[in-house]
Amino acid sequence: MATARRRIVTTPGGWLVWGVVAFFLVNLAGVIGSVVVSSFGSRWFDTWLPQSGTTQWYGQAWREFTLPAVLTVTVEVSLLVVGISALIGVPAAYVLARRAFPGRRVLYLVFLLPILMPPMTYGIPLATVLYKYGFAGHLSGVVLANLVPSIPFVILTMTPFIEQVDPAIERAARMCGARTWQVFARILTPLLVPGILAASILVLVRTVGMFELTFLTAGPDSQTLVVALYYTMSAAGIRAQQSVDAMAVVYTSMMLVLLVIALRFVNPTQLVARVKEDVE
Amino acid sequence: MTRTALRHRLAERGVDRHLLLLLPALVAVLVLFVYPFAYGVGLSFQPREGGALGAYREFFTDAYQRATLWTTMRLALPAALLNVAASVPIAYRMRGRFRGKRVLTTVLVVPITLGTVLTAEGLLNFLGPTGWFNRVLMSAGLTDAPVRLTNNYWGVFLSLVITGFPFAFLLILSYLSGIDPTLERAAATLGAGWWQRFRRITLPLLAPGLATTFCLTFVLAFSVFPSAVLVGDPAGETRVISIAAYHAAYEVYDYALAGAIAVIMGIAELVVVAAVLGLRSLLYTGSTGGKG
Repeated sequence: MATARRRIVTTPGGWLVWGVVAFFLVNLAGVIGSVVVSSFGSRWFDTWLPQSGTTQWYGQAWREFTLPAVLTVTVEVSLLVVGISALIGVPAAYVLARRAFPGRRVLYLVFLLPILMPPMTYGIPLATVLYKYGFAGHLSGVVLANLVPSIPFVILTMTPFIEQVDPAIERAARMCGARTWQVFARILTPLLVPGILAASILVLVRTVGMFELTFLTAGPDSQTLVVALYYTMSAAGIRAQQSVDAMAVVYTSMMLVLLVIALRFVNPTQLVARVKEDVE
Repeated sequence: MTRTALRHRLAERGVDRHLLLLLPALVAVLVLFVYPFAYGVGLSFQPREGGALGAYREFFTDAYQRATLWTTMRLALPAALLNVAASVPIAYRMRGRFRGKRVLTTVLVVPITLGTVLTAEGLLNFLGPTGWFNRVLMSAGLTDAPVRLTNNYWGVFLSLVITGFPFAFLLILSYLSGIDPTLERAAATLGAGWWQRFRRITLPLLAPGLATTFCLTFVLAFSVFPSAVLVGDPAGETRVISIAAYHAAYEVYDYALAGAIAVIMGIAELVVVAAVLGLRSLLYTGSTGGKG
């Protein structure tokens, strides 16, 4: 009751804050809305709204832009990155969360660095190396490049989840004669399913949205949706703007679905708070 | 026997076979991050001409290249500051429980899904000369001619705010939720006003979180690339350092220069991060409940 009453009678500062939030949201709605409206409009020049509605741009994007192929690549890359980074990251997160050993802080720093550096700084040398060994320009190069920030991200996300598991359960399993891999397969993995799902979905969102690394390593047939969008948009004039808008709407709807799913599994506020305590 | 003894002694210090579980991740980071980075640093010292430091000299003597550093800072620092500064009061209001909190959080976080390209496209449509924003301004009689907000500094700045704010907001909200509310109530009981409570209780406890959030938001803004090309003026006002690096690597094929720019970019970014973290340890060094 008290909180409800306080919300209605708020201070001038409160009004100011909510006013700024409202202004931000209105403009955000304008930004998104203008793209959506444009993607459904036929001709839109100097008026409030387009002259008439149409869905032809979606059809055009689908056919000319080889959207099915691009979407396939996007899904393949994301799933591979999620799978590999979870397989590699979860055991590492387990050791880092549970063990105290010499050099742990240094290792943590090494795992943190790829997240702290702008992707461009390591992306360019990485792309050079990947080209040297013939990975870049193919799906494998894109996956390898995207693993760089994803593995540390899995480690950071998983650490608090692992700390929640009672070590006594593992010890009990060992007493009963389970080997390390059995502890992992039978005890830890089932207990960590929520954490693994959360980490996977967050990595998925990041990979689908990752521009720089994919852009630097992708060849013509290994572009993900973001990179393909960038190329069509920067090569302006070749394609109608509404067609680009339609593709952008497809991209955002996809990301929105992913984010809503992610928010069902992860409470973002708790997640970061717990991660912070571990990092420091 | 000595081998067993050594194993025991190592195990006592925490070194045993379980550490092998770290190996795949370590190998991945070493092969995909450390080695390429070292390779890039190595390349940057082997330019086609000008000796070991030729590429660096080239960058710093060419005013067009040198300016990119300042251009990037001029975009990234204010954008990161604004994102963090705006997040604090909003998150402060949203700490408690109230109806619709989840919905509001989700709405505020939606821009994460937009991606740089839709943001750029939307800004071009919305803020363009015939976009809704300028239409509203002109119908309200605030301006006569359309305000130019795209294809210049402001377009990129706004796109950085749209993509960076939700991220900063989420982090700050989580840090603020982690602060025990009873501390503030205790301060209020002792007669502290809201400003004193904020200044003396919340802010010091929030300082580590603020520093971390600023650093992460700054990294995001510092690596601005697509929006600087799409909504900015990539040849002039918003020629940021990542454009320079990309240009050197993929349009001129001067890998030494590209490596040098990447190294300079990394160093500049780490200098800012280190300065912020150093500043926060200067400002407040007391205990923050075991978290500082």
